[in-house]
Amino acid sequence: MKVLVPVKRVVDYNIRVRVKADGSAVDLADLRMSLNPFDEIALEAALRLKEGGLAGEVLAVSCGPAACQETLRTALAMGADRALLVETDVELQPLAVARVLHAVCAREAPGLVLCGKQAIDDDAGQTGQMLAALLGWPQATCVSELQLVEGRIRATREIDGGQEILETRLPAVVTADLRLNEPRYTSLPNIIKARKKPLDSTCPAALGVAVAPRLQILGVSEPARRRAGVKVQDVAELLEKLRQEAGVLQ
Amino acid sequence: MTLLVLADHDGQRLDPASRSVLSAARQIGGDIHLLVAGSGVEAVAREGAACAGVSQVLWADAPHLRDREAANLAAQVLALAPAYTHILAPASSCGRDCMPRVAAQLDVEQISGIVAVHGPDTFTRPIYAGNVLATVQSRDPVKVITVRCPAFPPVGEGGAAPVEAIPAVPDLGLSRVLERRLDDSGRPDLGRARVVVSGGRGLGSRENFQALLQPLAQRLGAALGATRAAVDAGYAPNDWQVGQTGRIVAPELYLAIGLSGAIQHLAGMSDARVIVAINKDPEAPIFQVADYGLVADLNQALPELLAALG
Ligand SMILES: Cc1cc2nc3c(=O)[nH]c(=O)nc-3n(C[C@H](O)[C@H](O)[C@H](O)COP(=O)(O)OP(=O)(O)OC[C@H]3O[C@@H](n4cnc5c(N)ncnc54)[C@H](O)[C@@H]3O)c2cc1C
Ligand SMILES: Nc1ncnc2c1ncn2[C@@H]1O[C@H](COP(=O)(O)O)[C@@H](O)[C@H]1O
Repeated sequence: MKVLVPVKRVVDYNIRVRVKADGSAVDLADLRMSLNPFDEIALEAALRLKEGGLAGEVLAVSCGPAACQETLRTALAMGADRALLVETDVELQPLAVARVLHAVCAREAPGLVLCGKQAIDDDAGQTGQMLAALLGWPQATCVSELQLVEGRIRATREIDGGQEILETRLPAVVTADLRLNEPRYTSLPNIIKARKKPLDSTCPAALGVAVAPRLQILGVSEPARRRAGVKVQDVAELLEKLRQEAGVLQ
Repeated sequence: MTLLVLADHDGQRLDPASRSVLSAARQIGGDIHLLVAGSGVEAVAREGAACAGVSQVLWADAPHLRDREAANLAAQVLALAPAYTHILAPASSCGRDCMPRVAAQLDVEQISGIVAVHGPDTFTRPIYAGNVLATVQSRDPVKVITVRCPAFPPVGEGGAAPVEAIPAVPDLGLSRVLERRLDDSGRPDLGRARVVVSGGRGLGSRENFQALLQPLAQRLGAALGATRAAVDAGYAPNDWQVGQTGRIVAPELYLAIGLSGAIQHLAGMSDARVIVAINKDPEAPIFQVADYGLVADLNQALPELLAALG
């Protein structure tokens, strides 16, 4: 069973972004970029399935500008067998990505798509579900434990107020939550080996997919920053302030 | 304009989050229909009918809708979709699971996690862990939207909408829920508690979460929260996680205890009205957003606080 892992190139999670002075967009110039953390987890899960003899080839796919090659090289260094870049400079929104991935799935016929539960830049959390719908496949989102049992998926999902165990047919789309695993580090020999692994590229037009954005960003702003309040000396002063000043305690 | 709101519920009661979605729907304007899909949920449908602003309740009842599994639920929404200009649901686990399927099948982009309505096609949503607010306009014919509930005050009672039973879609049989383990501590839900007591790695152990935070939460009638680090360390269950990738909360009072205030955590609680931080490190970033900061060892401060509250 081939596993397809969509990986997104995003601003590194340690960086606090700023908006451009004219409020037109987020200023992404010269920021450190990395593989979306959830996609790293999804890839790790795919690699473990392969190592456990439950999956065959692991294919990493990224959609975006040429610089996504870097992201794909990271995925190859982690252990993906092959990578595919769907190159475009158009700003891609989740439905566009899902439609591109749908076309890639038609060509590659994976038995499982393992993606991140959300991209930490747009925080949309919808691409995996959209892809599942386009394919007519079941989905298991926000997964923190994954098993393949007799050709089915058994997944523990993190939901509001607790957990759920969901069983789905294959093929399916699974989206990874933080606690699914701890991704491995890439070693230098693997980074060198990754340079020789196949990295193909195509573009949305070649896949027959139109990717023009449907949502227009009218403007971006930074939320009003909270300001640091006061330091209190002790518990008694804290309670006094909460009662008298803030009025949040009786 | 006619809007469809997909109700969240636990089979017995309408989830208060749905009242916030109704409030967002009222800001958009137009006729508001509420879809209650589940199994044995007539009471929920009746409760929805009494919500202010609802003009029609559509009630779909079938065993395979009980678990609100995404594919079946999306199919139920899609069966109704042609009649609507807007389809909304809370940005809850259920809404986030189901609505993108609806959007994809309607060939529209979803507008995820809105916090403000500017008109029928223009909304604000946070991106980059809440560090940026984007105002977006949708050119799609149908707007599929999930709503961040703390951003909209829940609607009250006052409606008297008719309840219409509608046929359930057939079971797609793609997946099934084998088990659901939900918190049954009786404490208020994180998403709607007036007070939240959250602990971080500074708590040091699961035992300390229980011995120091639980009684405080009990005393204040608060929900318990945690950082990812505390959850990963096994101090607290996953559904307590507050932040970019956990729950988003906006209580009246948020007590941040033994947590540093990483941006991913702040993303989930910066809209609290009053923030209190207790941390032994005076440089901890959480003090940058706290209204009241106490530099102290929590092992001392918490028992003192509890004693002083009486
Ligand atoms: C993709 C991604 C998503 C993430 N999503 C989330 C999320 O949703 N929510 C989230 O919380 N995190 C999230 N994180 C993790 C986040 O980056 C931080 O690592 C985490 O929030 C830190 O948790 P903490 O504050 O408990 O731990 P630490 O940063 O280790 O802070 C512990 C604090 O406790 C204080 N302390 C220690 N002992 C005591 C004592 N005795 N008395 C008083 N104070 C004490 C210390 O001074 C310190 O400030 C995410 C990370 C990534 C990469
Ligand atoms: N441009 C992209 N290229 C490859 N994968 C993507 C892209 N955008 C989103 N994804 C995948 O979809 C997941 C959810 O993204 P989102 O819906 O944008 O939050 C990510 O974690 C990735 O696995």
